[in-house]
Amino acid sequence: MSLRKISKEQPESFEFNSKNLSYAEKIIKKYPEGKQQSAVMALLYLTQKQNGNWIPLAAMKYLGKFLKMPYIKVYEVATFYSMYNLAPVGKHFIQVCTTTPCMIKGAYKIVEACKEKISENENELLKDNDCSWVEVECLGACVNAPMMQINDDYYEDLNKEKTLKNLDEILDGKTPKPGSYKGRLNTEPEDNRKTLIDIKNA
Amino acid sequence: MLKDQDRIFKNLYNDNGADIESSKKRGDWTNTKEICEKGREWIINEIKISELRGRGGAGFPTGLKWSFAPKEVGLRPHYLVVNADESEPGTCKDRDILRFEPHKLIEGCFITSYAVNAHICYIYIRGEYFNEGKKLQTAIDEAYEKNLIGKNASGTEWDLDIYIHYGAGAYICGEETALLESLEGKKGQPRLKPPFPALIGLYGCPTIINNVETIAVVPTILRKSGKWFASLGKPKNTGTKIFCISGNVNKPCNVEEEMGISLKELIETHAGGVVGGWENLKAIIPGGSSMPLLPKKICDTIKMDFDSLVAEKSGLGTAGIIVINKDQDIIKCMARIARFYKHESCGQCTPCREGSGWMWRMLERMTKGEASKDEVDMLMDVTKQIEGHTICAFGEGSSWPVQGLLRHFKKEVEKRNNFSPLIMKEKKIPYLIDQHLLNKKDA
Repeated sequence: MSLRKISKEQPESFEFNSKNLSYAEKIIKKYPEGKQQSAVMALLYLTQKQNGNWIPLAAMKYLGKFLKMPYIKVYEVATFYSMYNLAPVGKHFIQVCTTTPCMIKGAYKIVEACKEKISENENELLKDNDCSWVEVECLGACVNAPMMQINDDYYEDLNKEKTLKNLDEILDGKTPKPGSYKGRLNTEPEDNRKTLIDIKNA
Repeated sequence: MLKDQDRIFKNLYNDNGADIESSKKRGDWTNTKEICEKGREWIINEIKISELRGRGGAGFPTGLKWSFAPKEVGLRPHYLVVNADESEPGTCKDRDILRFEPHKLIEGCFITSYAVNAHICYIYIRGEYFNEGKKLQTAIDEAYEKNLIGKNASGTEWDLDIYIHYGAGAYICGEETALLESLEGKKGQPRLKPPFPALIGLYGCPTIINNVETIAVVPTILRKSGKWFASLGKPKNTGTKIFCISGNVNKPCNVEEEMGISLKELIETHAGGVVGGWENLKAIIPGGSSMPLLPKKICDTIKMDFDSLVAEKSGLGTAGIIVINKDQDIIKCMARIARFYKHESCGQCTPCREGSGWMWRMLERMTKGEASKDEVDMLMDVTKQIEGHTICAFGEGSSWPVQGLLRHFKKEVEKRNNFSPLIMKEKKIPYLIDQHLLNKKDA
């Protein structure tokens, strides 16, 4: 199990803005009547998006009322799943996968790059809350290892130099192109295609 | 090597787009109505003939699973849930289906829902696959627009709604009952079985849960016949499978191949060989991190299918092959896997919650050579205490890789950790071997 730390500084209150409110109603309709609790995960995610990438306690209380479920049940869900940030993270939230397939391919070089460019420790915010990084477990792109995720996008087939360059671009306010950094098409074997060649050439 | 015409996922690398028009050109949605008109019995029977086994890891026969659902809909509605919570280290096949072959999945959802009498289908995608989910949603919208799903879907008078539900980074939600708990808006902690989800599942209703790949191959099987699928591979291990080859290979890739292909051929042909040559191979993990590793000697001859791997005390699992060569420290690799399981244990059962941490800490010390020699046997004992003493298969999943290490590389571990406990030498207390908790100087 992993330890989740809740931020010491908490805002007084939280409410969905009007756009998210109507979106939340739409999400609840996906589930059968009376089973609105199912929407809690999606709504926590929506909260996180609205609140600068983290979930305050006030929002959990708000969601409890919104979904007619006890606050503690919302709290349980929010603390169980690792993608819910319970303390502020950077505007550019960098997650580096270091599980075995990535580790074999040099994921700790990417961690080094993050340490050099962002901060010595995980979850430390850089100036103006711009950037923070964290080591995570398998992100499910093992064939394209090593890789990292910045907000919603995957950056694959990296090495230390390419990571440093990417991080520089991010700190300059640009968004680097997601995808493979080896120039290959998704998960195909690089320069070694033996299958589906007719379709490729068609 | 499998012929291209027998490949099911022709757009695995996204050569020609995932939209509905390109998918139709590849044969999706061509005669869905006719397939459904042949009836539920025929569909389930054809899947039984194909001997399709679940692609999510356990390899349970799919046709049999479907036949467990009640034949008639009673007071409780039926549900279909598709498990796209792909988090097993070494596995990234479902991701490619979600983003490049979404219409195979959606059509599979429709036919399966029809066969098991479900009007609602939930696709549970892991939260990190946000972009893949967006692509799938686009495809679902396309299918609604063309009335392939929705009210009177594909002209079959069957209504079907498909919804995406995102996870939020919990590996355990790939376990089917934990996934249901998560879908209900709770912590993802597995339920006791029985009752099995086919009778009491989502919201207490009959629920069929299948992996993405299983569902996505269904339309092609029904179109080309179950016999065609059964003619590929070996008896009881039929058909094709997407293999993910990662780690120390020259050209890591995903590739669809016939079941029962030899591991060496798979790695040499498609993945460009092991880094440093085949002789430089140390071990492979054949089916995602939870399957025990196999040393080079077995790798030379092993065939990649469920039964051949079980015979070698391992398993096909999700077919995520992690190749480890001699440049890597095998103990460190397994210690990292143990850390993964320590992080992902849901905390419900004590042996798993505590044991996964023990295994990780012991392996970390063994990596550095700080463990005493009898700790090696103690580690084996810990894995035996976890295995079979938990609600779900996570206990096995976390202890098997460690058992695999000790089964094949025990000598290496013992060589590195070869001292008697200090406490035993100086205090003569043979049973107290938790010496790392004590100050070594004072021991």
